[in-house]
This record gives sequence, structure tokens and C-alpha cells, in this order.
Amino acid sequence: MKKETIIKLLPYQAPFLFVEELTYISENGVKGYHTFKNDEYFYKGHFKDNPITPGVILTEVMAQIGLVCLGIYLLKDEFYEIKKPQIALTSFNIDFFLPVKPKERVEVVSEKIYFRFNKLKCNVQLFNEKNELVCKGTISGMLKLMDE
Amino acid sequence: MTRKELITSLKKIIKPYSQNQEAFKNLSEGTDFINDLKINSANLVDIILDVEDEFGIEIDNESMEKMLSVKSAINIIETKLAES
Repeated sequence: MKKETIIKLLPYQAPFLFVEELTYISENGVKGYHTFKNDEYFYKGHFKDNPITPGVILTEVMAQIGLVCLGIYLLKDEFYEIKKPQIALTSFNIDFFLPVKPKERVEVVSEKIYFRFNKLKCNVQLFNEKNELVCKGTISGMLKLMDE
Repeated sequence: MTRKELITSLKKIIKPYSQNQEAFKNLSEGTDFINDLKINSANLVDIILDVEDEFGIEIDNESMEKMLSVKSAINIIETKLAES
């Protein structure tokens, strides 16, 4: 499946779509990136007069690229036109090391730990443009395809 | 391995994923993982992966869908152990 097709199948849209482009995908992992705009809605409140990307948003970026995009790739069969992915985040454990400011581009690198009985668990890392580690951890979710 | 020993091993696996401690304390063959122990679907998968490691067996999709109670889990483990 093409990387562009995967992004089209994502069940998200602005302002909560955090997958700009996928650069690599296989049965074992995925790489992709996202660039934060200067005027993302969450910068107004996090923090007052000091915009920093919230950890929950970085976690969401890691989950959308590292878990959901990979999951769609792993689930896909030839009938994908009529089916939509159904997704539930079930757990994550992330350590954070560096802040991410507006307009920064971040890269997500995810490796599959296992995908069994519809549960996908991955080791996920997020890097900034200087290739410094921003955060890393494990994320799990349940994924299946639904008939529309 | 006796059925009692199987339940003891299974109980050890289920404990960290069990959300209803009262139901866990009173665990019997009739205990249902989802309705009684309030285990979610993702942790149900964890239990199955732990069962595979503990007993050295492989659980297929068909068996997995049936493993919803202590009784069905024990039956599946016993069948798989007998096959191996």
C-alpha cells in the first residue's frame, strides 16, 4: 500500500491530524514526520505567553504515525476501499527529554514489538530537526477494520 | 499438571490485569474476564501472550475468541498441552 493512501485512510482531520508525511513503512516499522504550525490552537494555553508543544500532543504524534499508520499498513487487504480503521489507544509509557517549540519539525521512528489478536504494541521515538531525542516509549492500541 | 495447579498459574497471570479485586479474590472457574474482572480487550491479549509463555503453547485466533472466562481458558490450555 502507498504511504499517501495510508494518510488518506486516517480517521483524523485538522486541527488533530498530526501526520505530514511518511518516509518509510514496512511490516516491522514506520518513519514519518510532522511540522507544528506557529498558530496551533494549543499554543494559546500551553503555556501563557510561552508556547511549548504539550506532551500529550507529542504522544498523539507518536501514536498517529507510529501506531495508527503502521496498524493500517498491517491490516490492509485488497478490500480496503470499503473499510475504515477502528482504533483505540489502550496504553502508553513515554519519557520526555526536550521541549518542542512552534514551527519545529519532528520525526517519529516506530518499531513493532508485536501485532497479535488486533493489539499492536510499538517502541516509538521522536526526534527534533537536530536529530536529538525528544521523547521515547511504548504505545499500544487495538485496531480493526470496519465495514462502512 | 492438575486443574487446580493450572488455575493457580492462571491466577498469577491474571492478577496484574484484573480491575475488580473483589471478583479476583473470589475467582472460580465461572469467573468471566470482562464482566467480572473488568479486564479490557488489550489486557486480554496480554493475558493470552503470558499464557503462551508460561505454558509453552500457541493460542490461535479461534481459541483466543473463546478465552473469555477462567473455565474456557483452562479448557483451551489443557487441550493445547495435550496436543504438544
